[in-house]
Amino acid sequence: MVKIRIKNLSKEFTVYTRGGVKIQGYNNVDFEVKKGEFLSLYGHSGIGKSSLLKAIYRTYTTTSGDIIFTKEDGTTVNIAKCDEKDIIELRKTEIGYVSQFLKVLPRISALEIVAAPLIEKGESEKVAKIKAKELLDFFGIKEELFNVSPLTFSGGEQQRVNIAKELIAPKPFLLLDEPTASLDYANTMKVIKQLQKLKENNVTMIGIFHDQDDLKTISDKIYDFALKKYVEV
Amino acid sequence: MILEVKNLTKVYGEFCDKCLESTGPEFESSVCPYCSSVVAVNNINIRVNKGEVVGIVGESGSGKSTLLQLIYQDQKADQGVVYIDGFKDDLGNYKNILEADPNELSYLRTKLMSMIYQNPRLGLNYQFSAGGNIAEKIIMSGIRNYAEIRKRVLYFLEKTEIPKERVDDYPDRFSGGQQQRIQISKALASNPKLLLLDEPTTGLDLSVQAKILDLIKKLQKEMGFAMIIVSHDLGVIKHLTNICIVMKNGQIVEKGLTDQILEDPQHPYTQLLVSSAL
Repeated sequence: MVKIRIKNLSKEFTVYTRGGVKIQGYNNVDFEVKKGEFLSLYGHSGIGKSSLLKAIYRTYTTTSGDIIFTKEDGTTVNIAKCDEKDIIELRKTEIGYVSQFLKVLPRISALEIVAAPLIEKGESEKVAKIKAKELLDFFGIKEELFNVSPLTFSGGEQQRVNIAKELIAPKPFLLLDEPTASLDYANTMKVIKQLQKLKENNVTMIGIFHDQDDLKTISDKIYDFALKKYVEV
Repeated sequence: MILEVKNLTKVYGEFCDKCLESTGPEFESSVCPYCSSVVAVNNINIRVNKGEVVGIVGESGSGKSTLLQLIYQDQKADQGVVYIDGFKDDLGNYKNILEADPNELSYLRTKLMSMIYQNPRLGLNYQFSAGGNIAEKIIMSGIRNYAEIRKRVLYFLEKTEIPKERVDDYPDRFSGGQQQRIQISKALASNPKLLLLDEPTTGLDLSVQAKILDLIKKLQKEMGFAMIIVSHDLGVIKHLTNICIVMKNGQIVEKGLTDQILEDPQHPYTQLLVSSAL
């Protein structure tokens, strides 16, 4: 089953604060990802990989083309054109997004942040916090940091909290924007291991990796942004 | 659907037939060149769904506060239709709340929607104690049993972190931040479906601001009411809302998911607004 189909998608930014100058984001991107597959986006910095992930999450608008997403119940929705209220629903139950940088409210502890998605899903606070502790522990976050706001953490620790909060109650479709960028080898392997576990559970993913080895380890397919086609893993 | 606003308009002045078409963002003016009326709100359409949190941003004078006041009917609109979930006629059709009689209006303003003002003096009665203010809303919502009213008052004081033993103190004995929290208690005591907030944290110091915002967010998640929040603070909008509306010269220039409005604004004015934020 095709989980997501990107059809002839293009994005152009118009910057009115600079006299209406137009900046090309990406052009005629066209690919599909089947359920349970991991597709990596490949290409040099600035070619528009992150912009495309943001378009799939609808943080960015698109200029032309379609993003046809198949929901878990089998119905489809065009993310590029649907109503905001549909996107809010999709973000609650269908699509997860690991951003490049952790974005959270100040004053809220790492433990609460990681436990929150599970509580929202209906789990009790007690159980959610136990699972959050296990996950933080797996990612090597020291226990003394659990009750501190992650905004005070190092870059690598922040990134692990960022991933943990998405993985505690994984959505069936995940977007990963350089999830291993600021991690050392050992922690990168831990993330890869978790992602492989998700794959076994039929989670569909689109990811961007800086490191070629990470990319090859996890990907089923690679889409080359410059060549506009799939390339060999 | 919780709220639907159609063609809502408010004009201060004569309101000639050219007012609406000759003002707005493309004219960079809200003043009608023919009759000098001020078009504060110009043909606004909004729909708010259950549990949604909508933010309204825009420069001073763009009409955002007036829009809230028209919905809450602190001011009378000149034209338009406003439907709210729970206000229907005998046949089950939505009734325009702008045509509600005084009795219906009182029902609308207790059971269906509440307003939190920037200045707690507008939302609280300073002749009543803190508890009395909250109790007023509870009584109006139909509960008459004293013990039950008292219990609910204390429950809301606890929720908004006001010491229970101060229930009988008058609002002017409290700090600004505490008065704001009493106002929030009062607004939520009747369990409304829609909460309107007009700059709820402007003028409070940063630490108090943060506490009030955390509180509003927590209560919204717990109680599930829909919210429309007017603020010129993009940080407040970013943290509280999922949909954002940008207003200029009485009209909506852009509407979208809040993260989209902040990260990929489409309208020239929105780009200017977002790029001006610290």
